[in-house]
Amino acid sequence: MKQAVYVVPGLLFGVFLYKSEVISWYRIQEMFRFESIHMYGIIGLAVLVGVISVYLIKRFQVSAANGEDVDVPDKVFHHGNWIGGIIFGMGWALTGACPGPMFTHLGAGTSIIVVVILSALAGTWTYSYLRPKLPH
Amino acid sequence: MSYLSQPWPWYVAGPLIGLMVPLLLLLGNKKFGISSTLRQVCAACVPAGVPFLKYDWKAESWNLFFVVGIIIGGFLASTFIPNTNDVAISEPTRAALLAQGITEFGGLVPVQIFSWQALGTLNGFLLMVVGGFLVGFGSRYAGGCTSGHAIMGLASLQSSSLIAVIGFFVGGLFIVHVVYPVLM
Repeated sequence: MKQAVYVVPGLLFGVFLYKSEVISWYRIQEMFRFESIHMYGIIGLAVLVGVISVYLIKRFQVSAANGEDVDVPDKVFHHGNWIGGIIFGMGWALTGACPGPMFTHLGAGTSIIVVVILSALAGTWTYSYLRPKLPH
Repeated sequence: MSYLSQPWPWYVAGPLIGLMVPLLLLLGNKKFGISSTLRQVCAACVPAGVPFLKYDWKAESWNLFFVVGIIIGGFLASTFIPNTNDVAISEPTRAALLAQGITEFGGLVPVQIFSWQALGTLNGFLLMVVGGFLVGFGSRYAGGCTSGHAIMGLASLQSSSLIAVIGFFVGGLFIVHVVYPVLM
């Protein structure tokens, strides 16, 4: 149950996603139409803060609170990165929600999101089943 | 307190979201990413002998707690500090959506095409059921979603994540600029 501590960062992330309107279907349409800085500003600054943090953590070899060394392993390229990426992007534009926002919607009372989450689970399960047959 | 009742501007929300990366690394060397939770739920509930779902999901259960937190955060924010006005999307986007027949801009999703009532329509089915399926299938195939690739992956300068993010946009632009005009 030590892992229960991760409820706290999750809670913060849920509040951020709600208050920033990242969970709004309209904001995702706006992003893919290049008609506002909103989503680009959010993702861009999040990446910037992430780059600086990862650099500093590696530079000073900071350990995690649980005593583990922090390591950020490389994600090795495979063809799923772009094929799956295109498939994911189509789903993102249709639902207006990537996985984080889906769960935020659930808490915020968008009851229909249950259908979207169940469909996403079905998609993940189907990928898992077909995985040996798909190009990677 | 007024800033709490307004939506937060991008230059406030962006850095806060970025701080999830060091927060998770420093708490327990965890890599920010949400879509792996979908695999976790599949492995816990319907493994069905699929090799990709046969692993020690309990060892990685931190991300299930993380998702529970996200749900609670969505509940708390919408209950105690809700965004009360319509989402202030740009005029060109509003005009384009109007031209596609969307006339109600209240809430977080367009109820005309994104609701229980719309589920039985072709557009509603495509948006919610097909869209959700593609998110779940594509994110696992790509090895991550917006959090895992676009934020965590780019934050650690992974070229495979950049390729995935370009893929996200190729797919999204295709839907918004090619499929929606035909559909709506």
